[in-house]
Amino acid sequence: MKSGVTDARSWSRRGFFRAMAGLCVSACARTDGQVLRFWAMGREGEVATVLLRAFERENPGLAVRVEQLPWSAAHEKLLTAFAGDATPDVAQMGNTWLPEFVALHALEPLDQSIRGSPIDLTDYDAGILDTNVVEGRQYGVPWYVDTRVLFYRRDLLAKAGYSAAPRDWDEWTRMLVAIKDEVGPERYAILLPLNEYEPMVALWLQQGEPLLRDGGRYGNFRSPGFERTLRFYLSMYERHLAPPVSHNEIANVWNEFARGYFSFYISGPWQMGEFKRRLPAELQPAWMTAPLPGPQGPGASIAGGSSLAIFRRSRSKEAALKLVEFLSRPQVQQEFYRLTGDLPARRSAWTDPSLAQDPHARAFRDQLERVRPVPKVPEWERIATELMLVMEKVVRGDLPVRGVAEELDARADRILAKRRWMLDRRAQG
Amino acid sequence: MRRPLSYLGVNIFLALAALATLFPLAWMVSASFMTAGEASTYPPPMLPHAATLANYRLLFAEHGIVRQAGNSLFISLLATGLSLSFNLSAGYAFAKLRFKGRERVFRLLLGALVVPAQVTMMPLFLMLKEMRLVNTYVGALVPWLASVFGIYLVRQYALTIPDEILEAARMDGAGELRIFVLVVLPLLKPIVVTLAVLTFLGSWNDFMWPLIVLTDHHVQTLPVALAALSREHVQDVELMMAGAVITVLPVLLLFLLLQRYYMQGLLVGSVKG
Amino acid sequence: MKLSIAGWLFVAPALLAILVFFVVPVAAALLMSATDFDIYALADLHNVRFIGLDNYLQLLQRPLFWRALENTLFFVVVGVPLSIAVSLGSALLLNSRLAWFRGFYRTALFAPVVTTLAAVAVVWVFLLHTRYGLLNYALSWFGLHPVDWLGDPHWAMPAIVLLSVWKNFGYNMIILLAGLQAIPGDLYEAAQLDGAGAGATFWHVTVPALAPVLLMVSILTMAGHFQIFAEPYVMTQGGPAEHTVTVLYLMYEDGFKWWSLGSASSVAFVLFLFMLAFSFMQTRLTRAGST
Repeated sequence: MKSGVTDARSWSRRGFFRAMAGLCVSACARTDGQVLRFWAMGREGEVATVLLRAFERENPGLAVRVEQLPWSAAHEKLLTAFAGDATPDVAQMGNTWLPEFVALHALEPLDQSIRGSPIDLTDYDAGILDTNVVEGRQYGVPWYVDTRVLFYRRDLLAKAGYSAAPRDWDEWTRMLVAIKDEVGPERYAILLPLNEYEPMVALWLQQGEPLLRDGGRYGNFRSPGFERTLRFYLSMYERHLAPPVSHNEIANVWNEFARGYFSFYISGPWQMGEFKRRLPAELQPAWMTAPLPGPQGPGASIAGGSSLAIFRRSRSKEAALKLVEFLSRPQVQQEFYRLTGDLPARRSAWTDPSLAQDPHARAFRDQLERVRPVPKVPEWERIATELMLVMEKVVRGDLPVRGVAEELDARADRILAKRRWMLDRRAQG
Repeated sequence: MRRPLSYLGVNIFLALAALATLFPLAWMVSASFMTAGEASTYPPPMLPHAATLANYRLLFAEHGIVRQAGNSLFISLLATGLSLSFNLSAGYAFAKLRFKGRERVFRLLLGALVVPAQVTMMPLFLMLKEMRLVNTYVGALVPWLASVFGIYLVRQYALTIPDEILEAARMDGAGELRIFVLVVLPLLKPIVVTLAVLTFLGSWNDFMWPLIVLTDHHVQTLPVALAALSREHVQDVELMMAGAVITVLPVLLLFLLLQRYYMQGLLVGSVKG
Repeated sequence: MKLSIAGWLFVAPALLAILVFFVVPVAAALLMSATDFDIYALADLHNVRFIGLDNYLQLLQRPLFWRALENTLFFVVVGVPLSIAVSLGSALLLNSRLAWFRGFYRTALFAPVVTTLAAVAVVWVFLLHTRYGLLNYALSWFGLHPVDWLGDPHWAMPAIVLLSVWKNFGYNMIILLAGLQAIPGDLYEAAQLDGAGAGATFWHVTVPALAPVLLMVSILTMAGHFQIFAEPYVMTQGGPAEHTVTVLYLMYEDGFKWWSLGSASSVAFVLFLFMLAFSFMQTRLTRAGST
C-alpha cells in the first residue's frame, strides 16, 4: 500500500487551501489608513482616478478606490450592491435613479451636511438641483448636467441644401428626407438606436404632458401627447430615415458617423469629447450641435445628469462628504470638463475659457434652459425599459402599432402596482 | 469491402469536423494579436498583419485582468479542495459503509439532481446577504459544497473496491478513519483526479452564480469580467479576443494534460447506471 | 454500531451542506414564489405581502413569459435533436475502422466542450457579425447573402443553436462512442450474414443497441438546453425584440435586475415543472416506442 505518502500530500494540500482562505479573510480587513470606495461610470469613471489624485494629496491617510462601471450595467450593479449589502461610500448616480434609491432607504440625506460644508447651492441651476430633491430632502449633489441635443453633420446637411439646424419637427423631417435622398438607400439620415429610450422620452417630454398620471400611480401612454410622439418617432423608421438597429449592430458609432452612414444623432455632452477624440481631424469642422427641435419650435429635453450621493451604510461619511465637496469645487469641475467634456453642474465653472468659447457647448447651454424632469418615481427606469422594448418590437414588425399605447399602459400599471399599494398604505397609516 | 471512397469519405468528414471545431478557437488566438480595429475590416482577416501584444498589455495594465485571473484560480482551486473534502468521504460512505437509511438517503439525493440549481439562487443570495458574504470568495464557493453529482461519481467508483480489503483492515484493528485515509484514498486516486479536474473546470467556467454573487470588479472571475468587458467594449474586438484567450487557455491546457481523467469522469457518470 | 456511526459521520458534512445550501433554499424559493418580495421588501421586510398563486397567474398573463417559453422550447426542440445527431454522426465516424488519427480527432472534436461558454460566446459574436464576421464571409463564397445573425429576430435563436451545437456535441459524442464500442461485434456479423446494407445495419442494429444510452443522453441534453442563459446574456441581451429571452434569462432579469425575487422564484419553479414534464414525456414515449 502506498500508505502515507499520497494521502499526506492530499491532506496537506487541503490544509494549505484552508490556510489560504483564512489569510485572505484577515488580509481583506484593512487596518492601515482609510479607504473610500467610489463608484463611477463610463468616461467619468476613467478620469475619476486622475481627478482624485489631488484629493488624496490633500488628505493623506485617505485613499480612494475607484470602481469603474459600464453604463449598461451600472443601475443593475448599484441595486445588486444594495441587495447584497455591499454599497460603496460614494457613487455617481444618474439623477433619475435617485428616487428609487431613496425609496430603498439606501442614501444618506445631505441637507444638514451640505449646510456645514463649503458647497454653495446657489451656484447650481434650480431645475437641476430639484432633480436631487426627493420628498423634500436633498439626497445628491449634482456633479454634471446632461441633456440630449442634436449632433449633426453640417457638411452633409449643406449638401442636401440646408445651412442651419432644424427648429421644429416639420423642418427636421424635411431635412432628414432631403439627406436621405442625397445619400441613397444604403445609408440613413438619423441614428435612433433601438436599445436607447432617451431620444423618445425627450420627444415625449416636449409635449408638456405628464408621463405618468395620478401622482405616478398609472401610466399615461394613452394620451394625445404620446400618440403624437409615437407617430413622429415611428415615421423615422417607416420612411427609412433611421436604420432599425440597436447599438450592438453598429460596429463603431463614430466610424459610421464619419463615413456618413447617418447625419443626425441625439446624444449627450460626453459625445463632444468623444467626437473630438475619435473623429478624424479633417472632419472636426464638419460636426455641430443644436438644441432639439420641438413640435412647434425649439423643444424641451431631458433634465439629466449625474449626482454624487453618499450611501447610508457607509462607514466613512465624513470622508465621503469631503470627496463630494472636492469634486464640487469650481476649479475641479472645470478640470473635469476638460477631461470628459461633461458639462459642469456649477454655473461658475462655465466661465472656463475652453467651455465659454466652445461652439459645440452652446447648444447645451441653450437647451439647459428648456429641460424637464422625468417622473421621480422609483419604477421609472423599468417603465422606460418597457417602452424601449415595445418600440423595438414595433419597429421590427413584431408588434402592430395599433394597441401599443394600451400595451404600454398595461405594462406600466403592472409595474406600478406595488407603488400604489405602498402609497395607499401610507395614506391610511 | 474497404473501398477507397469510404476511407476518403470518413476522413474528409472528420477533418471538416475538426476544422469546424478548432477554427473559431484558432481565430480567437489570431485576432487577439491584431492591432485595434484590424478585425473589423472587410474582407475579414484570418491572420494579423503585424502581430502585436498590445491587447494583452492593455488588459494587464488597465483592466486588471491579472487580478481576475487570480480570482478564478483561487476560487477554482478552493472549490476543488472543498469538493474533494466533502464528496470523497460521503461517496465512500454511501458505497461501502453500512448505516441505517443509507439507500433511502442516497435515492433522495439523486432526486435532488432533478431540481435545477437556479431555483436555489434567489434565496441563497438573500441568505448570503444576511451572512454578509455577498461579493466574497466564500459566497462564490457555496454551491460547490453541495454537489450531489460529485457524491454520485465517487460512490460509483468506490463500489468497485473489494470488501475483503476493508474487512482485512478492520480485522487488523484499524479505525474507520484510518482505513479511509490509508487504504481507500489511494485506491480512489483515479476518481480523485477525475473529480478534481471536473470540479476545477466546472468552477472556472461557471457563469451564472458568480455573475450574481460577485459584483465588485476586484473579486470577479474571468468569465464574468469578460462578459462585462464585452458589454462595455463592444467595439474593441481584438481586446475581447485577448480576454477570451486568457480565459480559455488555462482550462484547455488542463484538459489536454488530463484528458483521460476528464473523459473517464464523463463516462462513469453517464453510461453506468 | 461503530460502523453505522462512522457512516453517518462520513456523510454528515456533505449532507449538511446540501441541506443548508440546497434543500433549504429550494423550500424558501417555493415560499418566496407565493409572495410579492421585491426591492421594497429588500429595504424593509414589512413590505412583503403573501399573494398565494398570484405570481404564477400573473406570469401566465405576461406576454414576455410566453415569448421566453417559446424561445426556450425552440432551442430545446431544434437544438437537442440537432446536437445529438451531430454527436452520433461524429461518434460513428470516430468508431469507424477507416478513421486515421483517431486520438487527435477525438480531442479536437471534444475541445469546445471544456472552453468557457462566456468566452466563446464573445468570440462567436464577432464570427457572426453581419459585415465583418467570418461566417457571412464564408457564405459569400457560395454566393449566399450575408445574414444578420444576431440582429435579425428570425436568425438570432438559430445562431445561438449553432453555437450551442458547436460547443456541446463533443460531450455526447464521447458517451455515444463508448456506447458504440460496447455493442458486441457478433450483432454486426449476424447482420452482415443476413445481407444487410449500411443503412439497414444502422437502423436495426446500432440504434436499438444504443437506445438506452440515447435516451439518457437526450434527457440530460434536454435538461441542459432548458437552462440556457449565458448565450443570450453575453451575445444578444435577450434581443433582438426579445427573441432570445429564455426562461432563465427572464428569471435573471426579474430577480437580479429588477429584484422582483418573488416573481423570479415563480419563474424558476415553472421551469422546473417544464423540465420534469418533458423528461417524463420523453421516457414514456421511448418506452412506448420500444415495445
